Amino acid sequence: MAQATLVAEQRRALPSNLIWGIVAVVAVIATFYFYGTRPAVTTAILASALRQATPLVLGALSGLYCERSGVINIGIEGMMLVGAFVAFLTNVYTANLFLATVVGVASGVLTGLLHAFLSVTIKMDQIISGTIINILALELTGFFYQAGLTTQGKLTPVAIPLLSDIPLIGPVLFNNPPITYLSIILVIVTHILLFRTVWGLRTRAVGEHPRAADTVGIDVIRTRYINVMLGGALAGLAGAYLTLEAVGSFERAMTNGRGFVALAVMIFGKWTPLGAWGAALLFGLANALQTQAQFSNFDAIPHQFVGMLPYILTIVVLAGFVGRAHPPAAIGQPYDKE
Amino acid sequence: MATDVQPAVAAPLMRSLRALVIPVVAVLLAMAVGALIIVITGANPIEAYNAMFTGAMGSARGWERIFEKATPLIFSGLAVAFAFKGGLFNIGAQGQLVLGAIASAWVGFAFEGLPWIVHLPLALLAGLLAGAIWGAIPGALKAWTGAHEVITTIMLNFVALNLTDYLANGPLKDTTPGNVVARTPAILPSAELPLIGPIPSGVLIAVLLAILIWWMLRRTTTGFEIRTVGLNQAAARYAGINVNWRIIYTMALSGMMAGLGGAVESLGLIGRYQPGFNSGLGFDGITIALLAATNPLGVVPAALLFGVMRAGASRMQFVGVDAEIVGIVQGLALLFVSAPIIVRKLLRMRAPAPGEEITLSTGWGN
Repeated sequence: MAQATLVAEQRRALPSNLIWGIVAVVAVIATFYFYGTRPAVTTAILASALRQATPLVLGALSGLYCERSGVINIGIEGMMLVGAFVAFLTNVYTANLFLATVVGVASGVLTGLLHAFLSVTIKMDQIISGTIINILALELTGFFYQAGLTTQGKLTPVAIPLLSDIPLIGPVLFNNPPITYLSIILVIVTHILLFRTVWGLRTRAVGEHPRAADTVGIDVIRTRYINVMLGGALAGLAGAYLTLEAVGSFERAMTNGRGFVALAVMIFGKWTPLGAWGAALLFGLANALQTQAQFSNFDAIPHQFVGMLPYILTIVVLAGFVGRAHPPAAIGQPYDKE
Repeated sequence: MATDVQPAVAAPLMRSLRALVIPVVAVLLAMAVGALIIVITGANPIEAYNAMFTGAMGSARGWERIFEKATPLIFSGLAVAFAFKGGLFNIGAQGQLVLGAIASAWVGFAFEGLPWIVHLPLALLAGLLAGAIWGAIPGALKAWTGAHEVITTIMLNFVALNLTDYLANGPLKDTTPGNVVARTPAILPSAELPLIGPIPSGVLIAVLLAILIWWMLRRTTTGFEIRTVGLNQAAARYAGINVNWRIIYTMALSGMMAGLGGAVESLGLIGRYQPGFNSGLGFDGITIALLAATNPLGVVPAALLFGVMRAGASRMQFVGVDAEIVGIVQGLALLFVSAPIIVRKLLRMRAPAPGEEITLSTGWGN
């Protein structure tokens, strides 16, 4: 049974059905049309969409690593916030952007460790555990943040030679800051890890049927710990993106619900890395259009209504897709070794 | 700790005393860790806590502030605790509360010429309804589509934030000359919540609501059905309970409590709608509900405790401690009360019988 599900999952991993094909074709035609009429704006919007998708896809991957092993991660928001804050502080005091990113990721791993301890070891309700992480992250970063700290620079776009000269595709895909590139690489790496390696098979087995996995000798507890800590690392990276690459400074509660939107992105992507990437791009596009509307003083609709867009989109996505996509079967249940 | 007493008489009392141990120790533990953080920042934790408690409880004005702070906390705590009983996690008390606040403020200033006996209940009702609608949306989404309320309620918080910001800056903005901030006009005297003696009537409404909810959950069929759905949806369905309807109903009622809290805030304390007075109340509601072990009657003392902390927090600045330490202590209290195993290990207590612990719906719906 479990074997059959896993095999079926493998085939479903690429969202390659007809509808998505049509959507892709329409998107390409629309892009060329708009590029033909207003090239500069179209390029700017698409480039912005890709960058705005970065924290969402990283957050979605964070949720993916956790949930594929059977642990709900509602604490992505808090993990991101901690990563953002710690990366920011490290940058302020060392002026080293690489070190700041690494330390931000490490702080994410620690929050992941806390989530794993609470939900795997002491078997706290996983949603409460995630909520605790969100609240503590908000309060702790708010307490230790002092206004007036200034950053020492920001991660800047790195143009890839030759490729970045291609019209439209070049500036959109090949002229990005490092964490944006990294997020695309991580999508592909996660896809391969999850569906093409023994580790991935074990992770999925633990998420679908921990008892069976245990019987064949997979250490359920250890797998969950590793996955949740990896999830924390990815959320920490998403946070580092916010302070080091996107904004350049820290603000209280600056994640603004992105961690929750990321969960919707993960569900929309049917718990697959490539699906999550596609969903994140859609949300990124919504954000980019919103930013563009503000830039061009588009005031037919009050800005507050434009600002609601990503949140309403999240709700619509959840309402439309939760029933039809299947989460890992053992999600939310602590594992009791008999 | 020898407890060699006659079970027939002493057992219920002992049980309620034992139920107090975990939250009390959790708060003390949280304050201890908070003290460590205060030491790290270079201040004296004893001075800080002393300033907080005497600042809050040392004067009549202090007690007024405690009630002011505790009242919305009782409402949001009740909203979260009630939803928990139905197996639902309402993180959206914040959004339900601000919409209730602005709806009641609108009725409060816009409907002129009504006697207070009509106007005040009407304004309260507006807040109640706004909260109920905002709570029913995630309930309906959960019941009909399976969308998990934890995400939808938090998303609706952001939508509510934008919506009230638009209203208070646009159609409902206070247009008195000189006003530049986002707020509604002041409510009319006929919609004001009066003081009853020295006590604001908002507190009384909150306490009465707590008793009413406790009674409803314990003694009515509706309450029984809500709890059954919360404990086991499959069993509830098998017993003939319309589970989807109960989910929507529970969320609407939960939102209603938060909305009423917002109304009481607008009509009893602020006198208009003004954004920002209640940031973070939804999260406080979660902590309070879990400290009270989701018991509506327990929400009142838990909210009062948080009211004391919030009322005295600003006094800590005089001894060099940022008022926001209170938020950390509350977060830690939530951590320790949700991980009772830590407290039990510390006190070498026995684990409780199954069913005494809080169980939430796990997984993404269905």
